[in-house]
Amino acid sequence: MTILVVAEYENGAVAPATLNTVAAAAKIGGDVHVLVAGQNVGGVAESAAKIAGVAKVLIADNAAYAHALPENVAPLIVELAKGYSHVLAPATTNGKNILPRVAALLDVDQISEIISVESADTFKRPIYAGNAIATVQSSAAIKVITVRTTGFDAVAAEGGSAAIEAVGAAHNAGISAFVGEELAKSDRPELTAAKIVVSGGRGMGNGDNFKHLYSLADKLGAAVGASRAAVDAGFVPNDMQVGQTGKIVAPQLYIAVGISGAIQHLAGMKDSKVIVAINKDEEAPIFQVADYGLVADLFEAVPELEKLV
Amino acid sequence: MKVLVAVKRVVDFNVKVRVKADQSGVELASVKMALNPFCEIAVEEAVRLKEQGIATEVVVVTVGSNAAQEQLRTALALGADRAILVEATDDLSSLTIAKALKAVVDKEQPRLVILGKQAIDSDNNQTGQMLAALSGYAQGTFASKVEVVGDKLNVTREIDGGLQSLELSLPAIVTTDLRLNEPRYASLPNIMKAKKKPLETLTPSALGVATTSTIKTLKVEAPAVRSAGIKVKTVAELIEKLKNEAKVI
Repeated sequence: MTILVVAEYENGAVAPATLNTVAAAAKIGGDVHVLVAGQNVGGVAESAAKIAGVAKVLIADNAAYAHALPENVAPLIVELAKGYSHVLAPATTNGKNILPRVAALLDVDQISEIISVESADTFKRPIYAGNAIATVQSSAAIKVITVRTTGFDAVAAEGGSAAIEAVGAAHNAGISAFVGEELAKSDRPELTAAKIVVSGGRGMGNGDNFKHLYSLADKLGAAVGASRAAVDAGFVPNDMQVGQTGKIVAPQLYIAVGISGAIQHLAGMKDSKVIVAINKDEEAPIFQVADYGLVADLFEAVPELEKLV
Repeated sequence: MKVLVAVKRVVDFNVKVRVKADQSGVELASVKMALNPFCEIAVEEAVRLKEQGIATEVVVVTVGSNAAQEQLRTALALGADRAILVEATDDLSSLTIAKALKAVVDKEQPRLVILGKQAIDSDNNQTGQMLAALSGYAQGTFASKVEVVGDKLNVTREIDGGLQSLELSLPAIVTTDLRLNEPRYASLPNIMKAKKKPLETLTPSALGVATTSTIKTLKVEAPAVRSAGIKVKTVAELIEKLKNEAKVI
């Protein structure tokens, strides 16, 4: 068995999500190859070659693969997939965008967002916003799978020394083009990789009040998240959203401030190691999953918390 | 241009689902069903394109049991012109559904197909991308803004870290994210009118689509429950617990 992992990268190096996906591949067993597709991705391929447990890095460096347009990248993966038993990608927006297109072109069903590997053909995945866990088996010749990164501990980013091999012709479908992007700037750790996450909900009242969470987060070295209610109310940008329709996080410590704890939010954070809820409504459902609950006015509790940590 | 919208009947998002005792699935008998929230956004976008004079006809399609007619009528009440039900069992895989939708696309020849980004039951997030692959069309997934300019489609997508803008050639496939629009409510007169709108029923076999699948669900379990926590009285006590008991700060 040989497994192909489609790398996710940012700022010229592999992203942490790739390390979790390689960990899932290692659980399946067999040689792990990593595909780096993009433009000017030599540095990314070099960082991928250092990942512990990676046997080979395939690099497809071509203008057609810039910005990970699925119309161009999917045919490349399909071309390469023929030699593999499994094709894995992290369940990031890129992975979710590209991999189902690959699966359909290979005429196989895809298994989305696995959280555990039972055997080479059997996997567990959450359904109904995490309210049920399904065990699914695939009989496909090539198993196409996206990996929920919080379900697997990252492998070491250093220690490997894989060979780098250039692969793949340019597939340019010519039906889509990148126009631009607008990225939210942040000096804090990335939400899905942070050890501590501080999240605010509708209870924050407005976007300006999030400054209390930012200063607490800076003191803790934490990332700042938000509930869908806070995003929909326009308090913060949507890439901060934690939940079924936003990001899935599983930090060591999750501090939910002014968040009621709707099903859709819990689906994004209930695998956190320790959950703290600060809410003035003692009936809020968040207290049913919180290890430590504090019934208090957040505008008093958060500054006090910041002072004392 | 003609716009095709795919919708799905799912458990209402407010329902807290329970796993069946025999682990064969979740309890769906006598549970409130509804239009998948992302599909509602897809219907709304198509209807808005029609109101702007861009779409000439909005056709809504679903693949599922006969009961899904109810959700098609809801979509018709929201402003779709006619409906297609591809009658099949409710547990088809995303790939099978994408194949059935591809057959409908071949028959109807829409310029734009809009789907939700994911159904809140299977949480797969696959069908739109698979339909795009099978049709050979470009895809604009997780769309928060859609604009038709001549024979191109400008799509703003929600990606990790922010927003991305793409230009796609039509015909194209779009999947909706939450912030694309705010769906309207169906008015009573429109609900009455929707009953008279045409609803065509097809079958996968008539469309030449096999319903076999390479995946099988072995069991469905309830997730591990978190052990009950405690309530602390003061911030100082909270910090003490986090430092000495949980050892996370």
